Amino acid sequence: MPQSSPARFSGDFPPFQQRHLISIADLKQHEIVDLLDRAERMIEISRQERKSLPTLSGKTQINLFFEPSTRTQSSFEIAGKRLGALVVNMSVKTSSVSKGETLVDTAATLNAMRPDVLVVRHSAAGAVELLSQKVGCSVVNAGDGAHEHPTQALLDALTIRNHKGTLAGLTVAICGDIANSRVARSNLLLLGALNVRTRVIAPRSLLPAGIENLATEVFTDMKEGLKGADVVMMLRLQHERANGKMVPSVREYYRFYGLDEEKLSWAKPDAIVMHPGPMNRGVEIDPAIADGERSVITDQVEMGVAVRMAVLDALLPARNEP
Amino acid sequence: MTRPLIIDNARIVDPASGTDQLGAVLIEDGRISDLVLGGPAGVPDNAEVINAGGLILSPGLIDMRVFVGEPGKEYRETLASAGAAAVAGGVTSFVMMPDTTPTVDDGALVDFLIRRAEVQSPARVLPAAAITKGLAGKEITEFGLLREAGAVCLTDGAQSIQSASLLRSAMGYAANFDMPIVHHVAEAGLVGDGVMNEGLFATVLGLKGIPREAETIPLARDLQLAALTKVRYHAAQVSTAGSAALLDAAKTRNPSVSAGISINNLCLNENDIGRYRTFFKLSPPLRTEDDRQAMVEALKAGIIDTIHSDHDPQDSEVKRQPFAEASNGAIGLETLLAAALRLVHSGDVDLSTVLRAMTVRPAEILGLDTGRIARGAPADLILIDLDYPWQVTEKTIRSRSRNTSFEGARMQGKVIRTLVGGRTVFIDEA
Repeated sequence: MPQSSPARFSGDFPPFQQRHLISIADLKQHEIVDLLDRAERMIEISRQERKSLPTLSGKTQINLFFEPSTRTQSSFEIAGKRLGALVVNMSVKTSSVSKGETLVDTAATLNAMRPDVLVVRHSAAGAVELLSQKVGCSVVNAGDGAHEHPTQALLDALTIRNHKGTLAGLTVAICGDIANSRVARSNLLLLGALNVRTRVIAPRSLLPAGIENLATEVFTDMKEGLKGADVVMMLRLQHERANGKMVPSVREYYRFYGLDEEKLSWAKPDAIVMHPGPMNRGVEIDPAIADGERSVITDQVEMGVAVRMAVLDALLPARNEP
Repeated sequence: MTRPLIIDNARIVDPASGTDQLGAVLIEDGRISDLVLGGPAGVPDNAEVINAGGLILSPGLIDMRVFVGEPGKEYRETLASAGAAAVAGGVTSFVMMPDTTPTVDDGALVDFLIRRAEVQSPARVLPAAAITKGLAGKEITEFGLLREAGAVCLTDGAQSIQSASLLRSAMGYAANFDMPIVHHVAEAGLVGDGVMNEGLFATVLGLKGIPREAETIPLARDLQLAALTKVRYHAAQVSTAGSAALLDAAKTRNPSVSAGISINNLCLNENDIGRYRTFFKLSPPLRTEDDRQAMVEALKAGIIDTIHSDHDPQDSEVKRQPFAEASNGAIGLETLLAAALRLVHSGDVDLSTVLRAMTVRPAEILGLDTGRIARGAPADLILIDLDYPWQVTEKTIRSRSRNTSFEGARMQGKVIRTLVGGRTVFIDEA
């Protein structure tokens, strides 16, 4: 069957109904699956000799990072460039006082440059949502405070699906600083939407109020929580901030919540280990585990590019093209 | 001498006396000189007559918590704009918080405000003075001199005094002068970086929560210190069922404690925040629907004495921000009555209870002669059309700031005419 536009790789996917990607909570189950399927094909592209598709040719993508992140920013940059977009990186250094001012002002300024998509990271929850209300283009949330990091959850789901063949019937344990983690929130929402069994494991001081409504099960003990887990997802502990308040010390945290050989042995024998990065080796994870054979952390990075290609491709439909 | 004025054919609702029946009020020299219930009044020669057409005649509202930008932040609100907003909302007197620039912590400033408000504001402005210099929570102010200058009560406004020993001194010293202490209860450490009610909704939004204990812990402390010092103590605003329980227990032993609530905590809940709507970022934070209902019950039970607007004008610079970085506060003078009437229309609270909390109770707590329809009382009166439908829109707002938490809300019930000291200061044009 001939495709309407041979140049469009994603021509055989139904049009994506969202304009922005701010929150996993906005996505319906079929939209999540759709994005994962699209990403699957972007993996193929990324593994080719010639890693490019012209679907975003002529479009402008601005990466607006109010919070530094080499990893996520370059992932979005590569994703945009592989699809042929003109990608501009803007790192906005802000003092805590003038953050919001910069945000609304920057939104107006950037909007006048007529970008097609803004990829935004900000330290305040809701900042990306606010910005999306002030601009005329698509907006992708690259992480807003402790709210959401939707592309991370998508790439995590894609990584799991590729390693386990399916998401159905799995048990995913998310361990560590749940209270301050946007990665945890997006993952709980996404996995919950796909009916994956989720567990959170953390000391009480790192569990946010109402978490029992977001995760299938809540544990404060790693042994109980990891039992029977198919996936062990470790979170970064912001130990500079947590030390002495949320947890007494790094060594105590590592003793009880750091993933080492012994703790990993409580999970299923074929359990995979994930981490959104950047890792604190020796804080939340034993270096031997992080770099070991059950770690899929570098796969996550690869899936990250594919997922972001899929998201950009889905959000910027062909109708804008001449 | 001005002409006598008769408001005839009015449904007189006066919570102070329990009156709710048709009648007429005679006003001479700014005061209520006669009251006739149940039948038409005799009309003196040369009197001006207003036929109320059966509308409700209530004492004008006394709003115990209003922030004004003057002096220092006149772009947010002036005495004139706050006064205009007040009388349009049926508020004939309001207590002005000392959170200005400079802070109202000196008798000269109280005097300045009173003089200026007399000229600028159609509503009576009752300055509250700071408990501590600069609202810094360190050194107490000159309570005696502030009272002489005309301050009606002592409060640190939006600030909460953290030191129990300082608060104890302040309460003891305030008791000397029979000055009420009005205190916002918030434990700074537990509030921390919190920006909304702690719970599932805050977690989903990725926002830091404020636990209920940030209110109940300092309230328990304050109530014990109030009993110790025999001060007249008013918890400025409460928002949780736990606070109601503490107040209920304290009030049985100590009749000189009382408590207020913001209309926002009576009418709204945390779900109104939706997707980071900063006009709903308030202190105390909007709580859950269960908390709101508990507050309505506490109002009915008399545990909560007063309802105020917590009118807090903020410009868009500080409100159009990511939620955690936006300022607290919403305006409310113009919507106070209509929002309170929602509770009446829904059948939750009767009219007299709602009006009592905005008329005679604040008057009693502050020692004012307003807030009642009685012979000799100042003729601060409002005519209310209980069913008048209207919508809150940016265009209708008289306040200089636009940060209303009732933007676009459909209201039922409105003030048709407002009199302060017998003089009509507002008539609804529609």
